[in-house]
Amino acid sequence: MSRYYTEDHEWIEVEGEAATVGITEYAQEQLGDIVFVELPDEGAELEKSKDAAVVESVKAASDVYAPISGTVIEVNSALEEDPALVNTSPEEDGWFFKLTIADESELEGLMDEAAYKSFVEGL
Amino acid sequence: MMSEEETPEQIMSLPLDAWHRAQGARMVPFAGYEMPIQYEGIVAEHEWTRTSAGLFDVSHMGQLLLSGPDLDAAVEAVLPIDLSTLKLGQQRYSLLLDENGGVLDDLMVSRWPEHLYLVVNGATKWDDIGHLREQLPDDITLNHLEDRALLALQGPKAADALARHATGEYPLSALTFMKFGQYTIAGHDVTIARAGYTGEDGFEISIAADAAEEIATLLCGEPEVKPIGLGARDSLRLEAGLPLYGHDLSPETSPIEAGLIFGINKRRRTEGGYPGAERINREIVEGTPRKWVGLTLEGRLPAREGAEIFAGDTQIGVVTSGGFSPTLGHPIAMGYVDSAYTEAGTALEVQVRNKRLPARVAKMPFVQHRYFRGS
Repeated sequence: MSRYYTEDHEWIEVEGEAATVGITEYAQEQLGDIVFVELPDEGAELEKSKDAAVVESVKAASDVYAPISGTVIEVNSALEEDPALVNTSPEEDGWFFKLTIADESELEGLMDEAAYKSFVEGL
Repeated sequence: MMSEEETPEQIMSLPLDAWHRAQGARMVPFAGYEMPIQYEGIVAEHEWTRTSAGLFDVSHMGQLLLSGPDLDAAVEAVLPIDLSTLKLGQQRYSLLLDENGGVLDDLMVSRWPEHLYLVVNGATKWDDIGHLREQLPDDITLNHLEDRALLALQGPKAADALARHATGEYPLSALTFMKFGQYTIAGHDVTIARAGYTGEDGFEISIAADAAEEIATLLCGEPEVKPIGLGARDSLRLEAGLPLYGHDLSPETSPIEAGLIFGINKRRRTEGGYPGAERINREIVEGTPRKWVGLTLEGRLPAREGAEIFAGDTQIGVVTSGGFSPTLGHPIAMGYVDSAYTEAGTALEVQVRNKRLPARVAKMPFVQHRYFRGS
C-alpha cells in the first residue's frame, strides 16, 4: 500500500489493482465547512487531471481532479448523508471514490508523503 | 453591502490587519484590501452571530462626510432620498443611480448636526467619490474619512456587550433601529448607529483608525463577542435577504425590479428630480418584466451566482447570490426571474452543472429579522 499526493491536494492510495482517492487535510482546511460532495457515477471513465468530483463548501464550489486515469468502481455513499466527514476525516472516512488504475506509469509523477509535506510548507 | 471585485493592482491593508492575523484569521483580498474571511470557521461564526454577538471589521467601506450651502437640495439632486424627513440622529438606506436608473451603489445616509454622513461599499467607494464629486456643486465639501475604521457588532447579545463600554447622548436602549448617536468607548469619541447587515440587532461603530485595535480588543474581551469574518457576513446577509452590490445589484439592475422601492422615498416618486427618475417612476406605476426573488432549494447542493433558473424547459431567470443556509440546513438563493413567476411557492428548477435542482420561490428574509425597534 502506498499513498501519493497531487499539487491540487488530492491523495490517492494504491491497493493492488485499484486506488482510493480523497482530498488532503490541507485541502479541507482551506475549503472550510463542506456542505455537499458531488461524486462521479460508478462506471465513469476518469482522465488524469480532469474533473472528477465537486466539493461545495459554505464559501464556494471547488473541483476535485482525478490524480490518474481509470474507471470508477465505488463511491463513498456516506458523504451523501454526512459531507462534513471530509472535514473531520479527510484522509480516512472522508474518501471520495475508488477507481481502477489504467496506466501505472501515471503514478510516477505524483508526490510521496514527504514531498507533499514540504510542498504544503512552501505554500 | 459589500462587493468582492478586487482591484488587481495593489492590495492594501486595513487598520486592524495585524490584529486579525493575531486572532488566527485567514486573510484574503477583498475590495482591494486584505481582509479576514474566517477565524474558526464560517458555520461556527455564523451560528455564534445568530445566538450571541460577532464583531465584524468593515473598515473597507467608505465613510464620507458632506457639508456646504443648500446641502439637502444638492444631495437630493443625486440621490432619490427625501431629506426633509431625515431628522438629526436618523439613518436611511439610499441608492446611487446612473442616468438610466441603474444602481451604481447602495449606501446609508445619516444626518449629523452639520453634515450628512454616508457609508458606501468598499469596492465602489472610489467610483462613488468620483461620481459624487462630479455631480455635486463645487461649494459642497466631500470629505473621505480615511482615518476612520468601522466595526459592526451584530447579534442578540450585542447590546449587552456594548452597553458595558459605551456611554453617550442617551442610553443604548433608546437607540432604536436606524438611529445613531455620539458615544464614548474607552475615552474615544465614536459614532454608533443601530444597524447592520446580518438581520440581527446590532451596531455599526465608527472610530478613529488608531483606536481600532484597542476597541476591537475591548469588545472581543466580552464573553458574548467573537471576531467574525467575511464568509459568515455573506451567509448571514443571504439568510436576511439583503442584496449584495456587484452581485444582486449592478448598473444593469433597477431598484424597482430589485424590490428596493423603499430606497426611492415617497415624495421623490412623484416629484422626480434624481438620476433615472423617468424610468424608475414609470416602473413604479407599470411594473417591471423581471423581479428579484428568494429561492429555497431541496437537498444540500447550493446554487450559486450565475446558475440559470427554469420553468419547465424555458429559462426564466438567473441566480445572483446563493449558498448553504447554516440556520435552515438547506441551500437558499436569490435571483431575477420573469415577473410571471414571483409568487411565493412557485415551483421552479435551477441548473447546477448537469443537474436540475427543484426550487421554490420563497418570501425573504429567509430568517426573520430581529431589529431593535424599541421595548
